Amino acid sequence: MTELKSPPPVRRIVVKESTPVAPPKRRAGRAAAAKSTASDLLSAPRKRPAKKGKVTDRMQTMDFSVAYAGKPAVKEVNLKVSQGEVLALIGPSGCGKTTLLRSLNRLVEQTPTATTTGMVTLDGRETHELDVTDLRRKVGMVFQQPNPFPMSIFDNVAYGIRERGSRRPGKRALEPKVIEALERCGLYDEVKDNLSHPALRLSGGQQQRLCIGRSLAVNPEVLLLDEPCSALDPRSTTIIEELIMKLRDEVAIVIVTHNLQQAYRVADRVAFMYLGDLVEYGPADQLFGSPRNKRTRDYVSGAFG
Amino acid sequence: MSSAPVSGRLPLRKRLPQMPEMPKLRRDRPLPDPDEQVAWSPIDRLGVAACWAAGLLLCAIAFSIVIYLLVRGIQFVTVDAIGQHPVVGQSTDAGPSTAGGYLDPILGTLILTTIGTLIALPIGVGTAIWLSEYGRPSWLARAVESCVEIIAGTPTIVIAIFGLLVFTQNLFGFLSFTAEGGAVFGRSFIIAGIMMSLIALPLIITSTREAMQSIPAHVREASYALGKDKISTIRRVLLPASRKGIATGTTLGMGRIAGDTAIVVLLLGASLTLQGQGGGVLGTLKGTGSTLTSYVFANSPAGEANSPEKAYAAAFVLLIIVIFMNFAVDMLSRRRSDK
Repeated sequence: MTELKSPPPVRRIVVKESTPVAPPKRRAGRAAAAKSTASDLLSAPRKRPAKKGKVTDRMQTMDFSVAYAGKPAVKEVNLKVSQGEVLALIGPSGCGKTTLLRSLNRLVEQTPTATTTGMVTLDGRETHELDVTDLRRKVGMVFQQPNPFPMSIFDNVAYGIRERGSRRPGKRALEPKVIEALERCGLYDEVKDNLSHPALRLSGGQQQRLCIGRSLAVNPEVLLLDEPCSALDPRSTTIIEELIMKLRDEVAIVIVTHNLQQAYRVADRVAFMYLGDLVEYGPADQLFGSPRNKRTRDYVSGAFG
Repeated sequence: MSSAPVSGRLPLRKRLPQMPEMPKLRRDRPLPDPDEQVAWSPIDRLGVAACWAAGLLLCAIAFSIVIYLLVRGIQFVTVDAIGQHPVVGQSTDAGPSTAGGYLDPILGTLILTTIGTLIALPIGVGTAIWLSEYGRPSWLARAVESCVEIIAGTPTIVIAIFGLLVFTQNLFGFLSFTAEGGAVFGRSFIIAGIMMSLIALPLIITSTREAMQSIPAHVREASYALGKDKISTIRRVLLPASRKGIATGTTLGMGRIAGDTAIVVLLLGASLTLQGQGGGVLGTLKGTGSTLTSYVFANSPAGEANSPEKAYAAAFVLLIIVIFMNFAVDMLSRRRSDK
């Protein structure tokens, strides 16, 4: 509908031709723009209540690098992922934040050309020493596009719990766990009467919460979220952000986001990446309020990216 | 917040040169329908008219096939005829021969379609899984793809003559109708079914593979991220998700099998009735028989039992069977994927 209301293209061309060529004075203009955005960002209401509960380190990367076919994508990154905190990875497109996220559960190995150096540890053990199945059960992941499997809501959640092999637990035995997972992701009240309905009939926001519930069903210690709200409407985004706040004390959460405001709203700790480098890593208040690095300041204030 | 001087915070707009006035949008009257607003060029009009004509022509052809066959064969399209064995009766000047039905051809079509599909389905789906999910080394994948295309492009009469060549070997005597002295005829339902599976195979492979490749990579990764390996991902996620593609390929394959004549004539024998080799189900499968297609052929002016009305009737029944088969598989896949 909105498409139809736009003016016919002929008129648009006229406007384009008369666009002024004279650019504003660069430095001064940028600084002014930067100031106003930064102040807007910090004046936004913050969801995150003061931190409570204790913070435990779960994962750590040590001089960790990833290269695709020899081309570095993540360069010697050192950071910690802690339970009780939300860590946000921010940065412009192609800065390696998703690659870093996918390295935490070794999903990056799905890319045939990817090579890694350095270490990633989970609870003090190197992830490469762990069985990849165990690792991925402990480090769950939610994707950008809601991607429930083409089966019922119940089966979607039960999918991760069901072990391979001949002794498959029955529906009765799985039910408490499935319900618990659906309650934790805040979906149970909406779907309790139609657990056998196909998951693909849910709305986008519900599907994404189902994907979170699916990951929670196997009781992970770390939950990786790869731009979980970028395909969702604002209301669903709010619900998911509140869910993230609620889960913060139970699992360590890492969220990749393109949305600075979102990072500011939900994160306790923020890592800013740029062209594969971890430029700045610290508490959210510090990184948004008084960034130490000039690049961080420019990015946070909206000067580039 | 940093303690930058406030003087740097001049409103941004003051620094920009004056923007030209945008032409005012008239929103006070409803926008015309975009389709009507466009002035169609004569060539576009001609093209659209041709598209309409093509669609309508296709409908007309489909309906006229069904109706023409029904009208010409109506006296033989009876419930009785379905239950009767066929007999050879030449039409004479006195009138068309009305003797016999087409029980055996219907059974033959069903048996052959079942055998062909049962062989083609697992092989086809397996090949499609390998091509879509493994496909390493890539030269092998390319070779497999080419082979599928070669099979798909081979005329069925060539497949039939090749089948005759292979299955008349004494080695395969146990699959075939054999004469008293031990001569291997290379003709039976089993052999015809095996060769029939070849014509269904490419269709099943192609549509299954397309269905699997249309599943986005992050769905597979979501399964891996739950600690599942490739095998369970394929079994529990990818195969259910591509059920519709598999069903489509199978339907097309079944239609091709039910409609093929060359393989039947060469590899099933020209007997109108089922001629079992020994008793029982296995005896029937090893025996020869006919299908609706070979019955149509036999009763057509080109065949030995020249009575075209029977051919029209049988052709009509064949058409109904194929249409029903398409419909059934379509419904089946739709219902299962909804659940």
